[in-house]
Formats: sequence, C-alpha cells, structure tokens
Amino acid sequence: MTFSLEGYGQLILAGTWVTLKIALLSMVVAFGIGLAGAVAKLSANPVLAWGAGLYTTLIRGIPALVLMLLLYFSVQMGLNRVTEHFGLHQLDIEPVSAAILVLGFIYGAYFIETFRGAYLAVPRGQMEAALAMGMPWLRAFRRIQFPQMMRFALPGVANNWLVLVKTAGLVSLLGVNDMVKAARQAGSATMRQFFFYGVVAVIFLAITSLSQILLQVLERRFAIGVREARL
Amino acid sequence: MIDLIQTYWKSYLWSDGFNLTGLAMTLWLLVLSCALGFLLSIPLAIARNSRNPWLWRPVWLFTFVFRGTPLFVQLLMIYSGLAGIHGIRHSPLLWSFFRSGFHCVIVAFVLNTCAYTTEIFAGAIKATPFGEIEAGQAIGMSRATLYRRVILPSSLRRALPAYSNEVIFMLHSTSVAFTATVPDLLKVAVDVNAATFMTFQAYGIAAVIYLGVTFALVALFRRAEHRWLAYLQPQTVLASPRPKELPC
Repeated sequence: MTFSLEGYGQLILAGTWVTLKIALLSMVVAFGIGLAGAVAKLSANPVLAWGAGLYTTLIRGIPALVLMLLLYFSVQMGLNRVTEHFGLHQLDIEPVSAAILVLGFIYGAYFIETFRGAYLAVPRGQMEAALAMGMPWLRAFRRIQFPQMMRFALPGVANNWLVLVKTAGLVSLLGVNDMVKAARQAGSATMRQFFFYGVVAVIFLAITSLSQILLQVLERRFAIGVREARL
Repeated sequence: MIDLIQTYWKSYLWSDGFNLTGLAMTLWLLVLSCALGFLLSIPLAIARNSRNPWLWRPVWLFTFVFRGTPLFVQLLMIYSGLAGIHGIRHSPLLWSFFRSGFHCVIVAFVLNTCAYTTEIFAGAIKATPFGEIEAGQAIGMSRATLYRRVILPSSLRRALPAYSNEVIFMLHSTSVAFTATVPDLLKVAVDVNAATFMTFQAYGIAAVIYLGVTFALVALFRRAEHRWLAYLQPQTVLASPRPKELPC
C-alpha cells in the first residue's frame, strides 16, 4: 500500500475547509440559540419557558441525522411548493448554508441545556447587584453574568463542540461537497477507499485533538481569579 | 398522511414482508451492539487502569481513535474500505463476513460504543473509594475476586447514569446504518420518501418513533438507577414537624 494521495490532496483539502466552515459557523449559530434559549427557559414568562422546554426535549430526543434529513429536505420541498404556487423559478437552498443552519438549530438545543445549568451555577446576587446599580439587563448579562457562567459552561461546550464536529461529518448525505464526499470520489476513482477514508479519519482526529488542547487553554483562561484548594 | 401510515406502518415497525425492518431492526442493532460493546469494554476498562504500559497504552490509543473520529467515517472504512483491500476480498471467510452490510454495521457500532463505554467504566473503576479496595485486600481477596466481588459491582452501578447517556447516544447513532443498506427505521423513511415524495411525513413518522424510544429508554434507566443506586440517593426525611430553633 502506498501513501500517495494520487493528486486528490487538493480536493480533500478543499473538503476539509468546507467541513470546518460548517462546524464552526453552526457552532456560532448554536451558541447564540443556546444563550437566548437558556434565558428563555429560565424566564418567568411561561410561554417562553414552555416553548424552550419543548424545543430542547423534542430536538434532543430525535437523532441528529434524522432531523438533518427531515429539516433539509422538507424545507426545500416546502419552498418548491411556494414558488410553484406563485409561478416563480425554483429557489434552491445553497447546501452549505442550509447545513450550517440545520446543524446550528439542532445543537442549539444541546447548548440551551449546557447554558441553563451554567446560568444557575452563578450566584443570583451577582445579576441582582448589577441591576440594582442601574445597568441595563443586556449590559449586566454581558459584563457580569456571561463571563462568570462561561467557566461552568466550558466543559459542556467542549463536549457539544466535539459531538458537533463529528456530526458535521454527515453533511455529505445532504449533498454537501465536504471531505467525506471528497474521499468517496478519490476512493472510488482509485479503488483505495480504505486509504482515503483513513485520511479523513486522521484529519478528524487532528481536529478533535487540537480542539481539546484549545479548550483546556480556554478553561484555564476563564478560571482566572478562581481560587482552588490544592489537595 | 393517513394513506401513508396505512400503507407503510408495518415497514416502519417491524417488517416489509421479507426482512426485519424499521423499529425492530433499529432495536436489534441497538441491543446487539450495546451488549457486545458492554462485554468487550469490561476487560478493556480494567486494562485501561492497569499500571503496565503495554496494557493501558493500546487501550488508550483504541479509545482515542474511536472517540475522536465520527462513527460514519468508521462505518465507511469498514463497509466500503475493507471491500477494496485485496487480502479481504480474496479470503473466502473474511469476504463472506464483510460482504454483508449488516455485519459491517455491527462491527463498526460495537467498536465505537465499546470505546466510549470503556472510558466510562474505566473512570468509574478509578473512582472506586480506596476504602472498599483496601478492605477487600485486608481480608485476603485475590485480585480477580476483588474485581468480581467489590470493584466491578460498585463501579458499574456508579457508571449507570453515564452509561444510560451512551445507550441513548447509540440509539441515535444507529440511524447511520441506512448508509450501509441496513433496513433500519431511517432507511424505511428514506424509501417511503422516495416512493411518495411526502418528505415531512415520511421522516416525521420516523422522528416520532425515535422520540418514543428515547423516552422509553430514559424511563427504563431511571427505574434501573432507582433500583441499583438506591443507596446513593439523598436520604428523604419523613414528614416531621420542623424544629422551631436549631440547636447550635
């Protein structure tokens, strides 16, 4: 077995970039949904709390792959029906951004649970003191609540990110030209599927190991100012 | 919608008339891979905690690789990859095994869940209170007896909450089996979608069934925890008049 990429290196590299882009951007979407959803789930407004609760329970109870296919294809079908009704041209959703939105929507539910726990771990008095000083709620959240809750949220965020990266490996099933698809093309052209999927596995391993190192650094950074007892 | 259910409910639940399909296939995949993964993970978890580097290093590498890569890529390597390797294609025994999509799926699932379960159990074994181990040693238990009577019963119980998460994660992971042509719940949904173009309904029915199984598993594990982890529950105080003043 030789270790030559037989000219498919460029294709796989481009695919890696697509996979990384999808994972990172859907992480941003999920992070935003998570923060907003956690606040909604903890709010006194029963409609918001109940809605956020329903969202997290439903989404986390259904496999991500099933949701990806369900959302991706039914939104496209729905859109086709609308454009057909109005006699317009078919609007094709661009696969990469659709994958980002779908993954972000799914993992938002997981982030809500992470952030909800972290929010509750910060003493209530912190937020109350900030509001009592006359800070607007958003500024109090940004300056007081958020930096403190991130310390508790980071282990969960790290875990969600690692699961999200691995789920981003499924987007070729939605027709996205990611690195798994690049490996399939290279593999079937050269009849060396095992080798090319192995290359993809090694790239994933590098991404997950690097993120673990990076998250440890972040964890140390957000723990600044916290005293720990040495045993 | 009603037509779709009337035509396909049997395929969604257990059979298309020839093969095990849908929910039954998903559950069979789940039970088989979790059971085999469980059995394999116990010796591996013990080896993971060994002081001998020739024992723990390979196990560490195995869990690192299988937890760091997506199950989908592992399945592709086994299902599409092995078929292209000369030594396997031309060995009658290996080829008759790996030719079946179902076998490939089971091998990938068992290896994957085994890696996660090994880390869960190894963590629980490591967290065994030292008093339990020292007590066992003090009454002269051999290493094997110590593991069998003290360490494993106690650590497997404590691992139950994390293990229940892994089983639910595995249920969700079984949905990639359809890429290897195994007729699981998602494969039925994909086929129904292709036959009827009722995308939302076809996938929606599968999603509802998955949701039901998830809830059932959560309830099942809650009962198991109630039974086997009863001694770790916080003590409930029976209704008694609250003392007016705490003596201090």
